[in-house]
Amino acid sequence: MNRPTDIIRLLLLSLLVGVLSISHGAMADEDPAPADPSLLPVFEQFGGKQGLDELMEVFMIKLVEDSRTIEYFAEADQKHVKAMLSEQFCVILGGPCTYTGKSMREAHEKLTINQATFNALVEALQLAMDERNIPFRAQNKLLAKLAPMHREIVTEP
Amino acid sequence: MNCTQEFGVRLLLATAIAATVSGFAMAEEAPTAAESALPEDTVAGSDRLLLTGGVSEVEGAAGGGLTPWAVIGGYGTDSQIGANAFLTRLTLPDYHLDVAGALVGFLDRVELSYAQQRFDTEQVGAALGLGQGYTFTQDILGVKLRLVGDAVLDQDRWLPQISVGAQFKKNDRAAVLQAIGAKDDQGVDFYLSATKLYLSQSLLANLTLRFTKANQIGILGFGGDLNDSYEPQLEGSIAWLVSRNVAIGAEYRMKPDNLSIAAEDDWFDAFVAWAPNKHLSLMLAYANLGSIVNQDNQDGIYASLQVGF
Repeated sequence: MNRPTDIIRLLLLSLLVGVLSISHGAMADEDPAPADPSLLPVFEQFGGKQGLDELMEVFMIKLVEDSRTIEYFAEADQKHVKAMLSEQFCVILGGPCTYTGKSMREAHEKLTINQATFNALVEALQLAMDERNIPFRAQNKLLAKLAPMHREIVTEP
Repeated sequence: MNCTQEFGVRLLLATAIAATVSGFAMAEEAPTAAESALPEDTVAGSDRLLLTGGVSEVEGAAGGGLTPWAVIGGYGTDSQIGANAFLTRLTLPDYHLDVAGALVGFLDRVELSYAQQRFDTEQVGAALGLGQGYTFTQDILGVKLRLVGDAVLDQDRWLPQISVGAQFKKNDRAAVLQAIGAKDDQGVDFYLSATKLYLSQSLLANLTLRFTKANQIGILGFGGDLNDSYEPQLEGSIAWLVSRNVAIGAEYRMKPDNLSIAAEDDWFDAFVAWAPNKHLSLMLAYANLGSIVNQDNQDGIYASLQVGF
């Protein structure tokens, strides 16, 4: 083993450590429920907290019906998931709720979720919102808040 | 082989290539069905959201009707391959344009496209001594690379999705093109596109900067007596999402004016696009192409059908 190679290895290793620590530093968890009081009219279009609770019932059925998402929800504590999603959406839409769940990263880090799965979940939510007769524009206002969460939810390319 | 046959053969070929690429990837998908607990590897797929691949524009790239967008065609995500084929007809008072083509999108990163345009001069061809129904045929190979951004998911960032692309164009009527003053029968367009979906407003906007020498997008060749250098041209699209399946919008495309005997105008359209599902989309537009070879006010109906695999 010659010396220049060792030095290069050492340099590469320290670079790697540096990059990892920087990227780790940049990965502070985002607020899982960023409240936007201006969305209160949208909250009303969703039928308030009760409307969200009812939406989650339909949403969960769609998620379990879809072969792309069933594996993530069939064995899960569905009641808990529905309650957390309802709280989360309520806070985001400026409603009078408190989100008591985990960060999006914590909630998904043990799962293998790619972009296709994430989009499948969005599609299930769209179907559920359609079924609940939530206006398309109101749907999009909520989805605009949820979409960036793909960065913490999608765990693999 | 006559023109119509050749056109049919090429369309068939393009469709077959798109279907084969997509089919190959699907064949790989089969074994993983059993282990569906794991996300698939690179496979044929269409798990991007409806209409987020745009439609196939008049030169074959994914975009609106008249201009490419930064989106990668097909509905493939970053681990999927998507493909589609399309047919477009543009009916004008004195001409009609038929376009057929196909594209493949790889990993939501690279798009390869092929299109063939057939521009039928109808009576004008006879009047000019070229012959009734004289047709210019142009083949276009396109490549597009997504550089940064996600037009759909990055709703909290101002940064649009940005792509660069090139369109390699070859016209089959070199002698006639030379006679009208065009400098070349082939050329390459380069473009930079930025696309952003403003989901909370249900609006999609695209801006494309194209560097081109093409006369009437290449149907009348490249370069001319007035100008034979690359000129930057701006192209814009705006679309309002009415529902998950329907978008309405308008587009504007600036064009150079290189030929003294055939002044050309900017193009614009107003469209409605309908995608009942990820395998089918239809676009209907009013398109105004201005003056084409001294026939002014060439406006008419743009109809396009796209089939996804």
